[in-house]
Amino acid sequence: MLKTQNNKAWFLVLPVLLLVGFSAILPLMTVVNYAFNDTFGNNAFFWVGLEWFRDVIRSERMHDALQRQLIFSAIILAIEIPLGIAIALTLPKRGVWASLTLVLLALPLLIPWNVVGTIWQLFTRIDIGLLGSTLAALGVDFNLGRDAIDAWATLIVMDVWHWTSLVTLLCYAGLQSIPEAYYQAGRIDQASRWAVFRYIELPKMQGVLLIAVLLRFMDSFMIYTEPFVVTGGGPGSTTTFLSVDLVKMAIGQFDLGPAAAFSLMYFLVILLISWVFYTVMTNLDQEKEEVPE
Amino acid sequence: MTAIDPTLTVVPRARRPRDHARLHKNVSRGMLILYILFLLVPIYWLVNMSFKTNAEILSGVSLLPQDFTWHNYAVIFSDSTWYMGYVNSLIYVVLNTLISVTVALPAAYAFSRYSFMGDKHLFFWLLTNRMAPAAVFALPFFQLYSSVGLFDTHIAVALAHCLFNVPLAVWILEGFMRGVPKEVDETAYIDGHSFGGFFLKIFMPLIASGIGVAAFFCFMFSWVDLLISRTLTSVHVKTIGVAMTRTSSATGLDYGVLAAAGVLTIIPGALVIWFVRNYIAKGFALGRV
Repeated sequence: MLKTQNNKAWFLVLPVLLLVGFSAILPLMTVVNYAFNDTFGNNAFFWVGLEWFRDVIRSERMHDALQRQLIFSAIILAIEIPLGIAIALTLPKRGVWASLTLVLLALPLLIPWNVVGTIWQLFTRIDIGLLGSTLAALGVDFNLGRDAIDAWATLIVMDVWHWTSLVTLLCYAGLQSIPEAYYQAGRIDQASRWAVFRYIELPKMQGVLLIAVLLRFMDSFMIYTEPFVVTGGGPGSTTTFLSVDLVKMAIGQFDLGPAAAFSLMYFLVILLISWVFYTVMTNLDQEKEEVPE
Repeated sequence: MTAIDPTLTVVPRARRPRDHARLHKNVSRGMLILYILFLLVPIYWLVNMSFKTNAEILSGVSLLPQDFTWHNYAVIFSDSTWYMGYVNSLIYVVLNTLISVTVALPAAYAFSRYSFMGDKHLFFWLLTNRMAPAAVFALPFFQLYSSVGLFDTHIAVALAHCLFNVPLAVWILEGFMRGVPKEVDETAYIDGHSFGGFFLKIFMPLIASGIGVAAFFCFMFSWVDLLISRTLTSVHVKTIGVAMTRTSSATGLDYGVLAAAGVLTIIPGALVIWFVRNYIAKGFALGRV
């Protein structure tokens, strides 16, 4: 869509700017302050420059956590995005069933995260959990407190359970906005199911898919509460993701300086990867619009 | 998952039988049912536990409560810390949803219709606010809201949650607004509508599904966050998160009450999605003006 050039549009954006600015910029400045200073309490700070950053960049622990985090997010996106789209395509379009399935799909999203962690922790326990005891009865040696692969599998299945519905709901909303005439045109052309998906549904879902990919990336990259409750970062540190490590550092050891430097860099990594996603997907969007239909 | 039809034009109509379509429909319905079962089993386990006594929960696995009890729910509804936790949480969540959607609507319109100085950077900057891990912001938020005298109020939590909900609402609404052809706006202005009149009476109904979806997500992300809400409140506004930490005591975790509290946290959200489902399901009517 060709947009009108009009700088007065700033006035429409102003409320958002003020609100988010208040909630974001001031707290961020506090974090920055901690990152470059050392303190012995009483609001007395002295400048240490980039020392904290140097410490964090060199730390082995941070590298390992970052690597685990990247692998986790990659697995999550690879499973949840295709699965979410597939489920959205199978949803009934209207009627009582459509309403009921939407409500059922949304259920996991509405459970506070510590409760999600608790549910899965109990659900997978070998002695009192349904899944854990079923696996044990089937002869699977399942122990998420001891086996790193079991812990990872549990966290991934839990995240798929928790978040795939988000992708599904967004895609479903995108699908609903496709006018029936497009499908009619597809039928007239005797388009295959795949062709309908590829040339009608997928392009129309692109906007919501961008949101879905970014949201899932960011939230899986910042995941804290659920692994903390289910595995506590273990066994060993095999499921200690960045946030878990960060909170350990900031609250457990009260190393505010390194923790602030850590969180700024953490933030920059998320920013960088999100920017790549954003640029790639908006460029795809523009290329498509240049082709006359 | 779909049967890929190798032919676009060659196969005559007679060879694209109804059976094929029906099979495809059954497969996709089967998939959906399996997926929903996968979603529901852990929730069923939570509900199941909430009706058991702690002794039974810890004694082993049973698919239905052997010793059915309402005790866990009775604990919650007879203790004001518990039930006021829900009320307080609902107040700040609703406040946050209202604020987020109200400020996001004009901004999303500006992003979807106009290009202005710095628009792309601004749009991306907004999103970056969702990228800061909540754990990072907890302490600075506490300092900020204490210094402006909003600590321990509903509005503090509502405003703090705007940090991640407003950008999200702008994004979702912008996506929906982009789908409405610009001719709709232009026709309305030619017909003599003012901006306000056009926005409220014509434009908002067109993106009703988008507003519904945005409101739902604001509600959801505000509801599930317990970290920030716990940090920003203490005595007057006790949230559900605070109440839940009380289930772990020296004698171990009170699994039954925790499960019952968990079940109760699902209900407000389920009601909201039930309310919003029509907006999502309706889609938007193209060319309504």
